Amino acid sequence: MQANRLDATFAALADPTRRAILARLASGEASVTELAEPFAMSQPAISKHLKVLERAGLISRGRDAQRRPRRLEPKRLGEATKWLERYRRLWEGNYQRLDALLEQLKAKEKKWEP
Amino acid sequence: MGTLKLTTPSDREIAMTRVFDAPRQLVFDAHTKPDLVRQWLLGPPGWSMPVCEMDVRVGGKYRYVWRHDREGTEMGMGGVYREIVAPERIVNTEKFDESWYPGEAVDTLVLVEQRGKTTLTLTVRYESWEARDAVLKSGMESGVAASYDRLAELLASTPARGRA
Repeated sequence: MQANRLDATFAALADPTRRAILARLASGEASVTELAEPFAMSQPAISKHLKVLERAGLISRGRDAQRRPRRLEPKRLGEATKWLERYRRLWEGNYQRLDALLEQLKAKEKKWEP
Repeated sequence: MGTLKLTTPSDREIAMTRVFDAPRQLVFDAHTKPDLVRQWLLGPPGWSMPVCEMDVRVGGKYRYVWRHDREGTEMGMGGVYREIVAPERIVNTEKFDESWYPGEAVDTLVLVEQRGKTTLTLTVRYESWEARDAVLKSGMESGVAASYDRLAELLASTPARGRA
């Protein structure tokens, strides 16, 4: 995978409004008007966020020429998710071992208490 | 104790939050005493940590080397401590040996104790996502398939605001 592509994906995902837009699109495509509705934002402001998502390859435009609905591009999101999942797995394994170690340390401390 | 929460607070940061059923002095010890660190900071099964050197003071250095016991592959990293506030905060740099790693990352560890339990937050801020990606792939890959459930959880864990 291209370095700047993953960078662009995560930069796009770093914004809470854009994550909310993606969450909305996960349940089906939507027009700009529909996407702007739940936010206290103007359509141009929403369009700006959509442009960032589009550039990152996270969303695309549907065929309907009038509504121009946006839809989720699952492949790119999948790449980002896979990356995070790998990271999470690695650390969860470490922290489960740390749990066990802390139990040992607590038991040892108890033994030394008068 | 509880599961690991992973969020991406900015485009180059990963934050991990995890609760441990132990006072924070013990969690702090487990991060600052080499004989304790090498017992848990190992990655996927099959790896051990033959080198774990730590000079825990501001400006002091640390060095870790992991080895895959069957294949003999080695992976090393190290850095410098920037802040030490026992038993609540450690800031250090981290840099892997491989030359393809562009620049270094900065780790901030924060420990908060409440009623005998400790909430750990580790924020890693680095130069490039790809660098970390490459590190994880270079032998520590755990081969996990993408999960949309996980993504949904991730998205749900960061509530949207009305304004950008």
